[in-house]
Amino acid sequence: MLTAASVPRLARGMRLREDKTRGRWVVMAPERMFIPDETALEVLRLVDGVRSLEAIAEILATRFAAPREEILADTLAMLDELAGKGVIAS
Amino acid sequence: MSPHEAPLALLAELTHRCPLRCPYCSNPTSLTRPGEELDTATWARVFREAAALGCLQVHLSGGEPTARRDIAEITRAASEAGLYTNLITAGVLLNEAKLGALAAAGLDHVQLSVQDAEPGSADRIGGYAGGHARKLRVARLVHAAGLPLTLNAVVHRQNLDRLPALIALALELGAGRLEVAHVQYYGWALRNRDALLPTRAQLEAATATVEAARRDLKGRLVIDYVVPDYHAKRPKACMGGWGRRFLAVSPSGKALPCHAAESLPGFAFPNVRETSLREAWEGSEAFNRFRGTGWMSAPCQGCERAELDWGGCRCQAFALTGDAAATDPACALSPRHGLLALAVEAAAGGGEDFIWREPQRAGG
Ligand code: SF4
Ligand code: SF4
Repeated sequence: MLTAASVPRLARGMRLREDKTRGRWVVMAPERMFIPDETALEVLRLVDGVRSLEAIAEILATRFAAPREEILADTLAMLDELAGKGVIAS
Repeated sequence: MSPHEAPLALLAELTHRCPLRCPYCSNPTSLTRPGEELDTATWARVFREAAALGCLQVHLSGGEPTARRDIAEITRAASEAGLYTNLITAGVLLNEAKLGALAAAGLDHVQLSVQDAEPGSADRIGGYAGGHARKLRVARLVHAAGLPLTLNAVVHRQNLDRLPALIALALELGAGRLEVAHVQYYGWALRNRDALLPTRAQLEAATATVEAARRDLKGRLVIDYVVPDYHAKRPKACMGGWGRRFLAVSPSGKALPCHAAESLPGFAFPNVRETSLREAWEGSEAFNRFRGTGWMSAPCQGCERAELDWGGCRCQAFALTGDAAATDPACALSPRHGLLALAVEAAAGGGEDFIWREPQRAGG
């Protein structure tokens, strides 16, 4: 389980790439591929293995002028789900 | 949008050379000689063309891709083209220095094959003494180099009972993923079918093992596993459909809709030495022949699954019926479906002897 203090990073072998041909971004994994929706992409672009989950939520809250607590909860849930799929590690 | 979907992945068969001799090797039974292999610069161009065409991933394969002295340069070229690079290797030619060079060249992932979990049997199947022990060392080096590892186990009657041990091995070696691939019966494997086809009971045990392991190891190990054709009721969407998702380039430069397609008669496959990958993908007769559903006849034509499984595997259809355009006999609706049950029966009385992939000729 991730917490606000966790520092998420892409799991080994995962790469966030632009797929220009299809006009989207994808997370590449061997034999698998995840296509993040717009919100997930915003979050994934901030995942760098240095920022904590809290720091990521902070940036997003400022960017979208949204309540911090709500964004933190959403980000936590989303990254938890991606961790369950093996995309995110911490 | 162009009239064709863009491919997602390229299988680059860099060479047919390999120190192993697996009796189910998916290479064609007539192997390309080293002198006929594409050079580094041509591969680099193929990678750029693949990326421009829409490919996101390249599988660097063979034969044994690390038998090429320029494997690090090739990997770098693929990575610079923007492709996610996966090395499909038997591992026995790798060492710490080579892995370091590959990682520095931008390699994203290593897929290492093992022939069994039991060393003696693994070495016998691969036809290479001491191979298994080397693979285990290499797996640890891969992990130490910070590269993600998938363990690939090709399974059949002579090793399927050790599936639990293969799962344990994947965990022990720090693999994030285990691919359990049933042998596909064309080329070398078809010659060895009686020695390789698993029994129904073995298969049921294996499926139960995988289901339990997936539950227990969730979050630790991803297990890829598909029920093999010879015991299935519906075929697989081979390659996701002919000319839809995937293309392969052979060591000598032939662009193929599937790595086994060279076994099909009556095809003139375009060669990347003369043709761009885009022309091959979009314009060639070979890629268009079995594209979509227009080529199908009964029972596929009009079937509600036609765009789900695309009529199954063309190579298997040809290998078993002599007609590459027939419904894959793996489908229970095929009038030739009975052939599979007959093969399973015949194999039950088969021995353990293999016809190994032919050893390399001198200098090749
Ligand atoms: S299947 Fe075996 S013989 Fe064929 S390329 Fe792979 S390791 Fe070599
Ligand atoms: S008849 Fe053809 S399309 Fe229908 S399920 Fe069988 S193989 Fe697939």
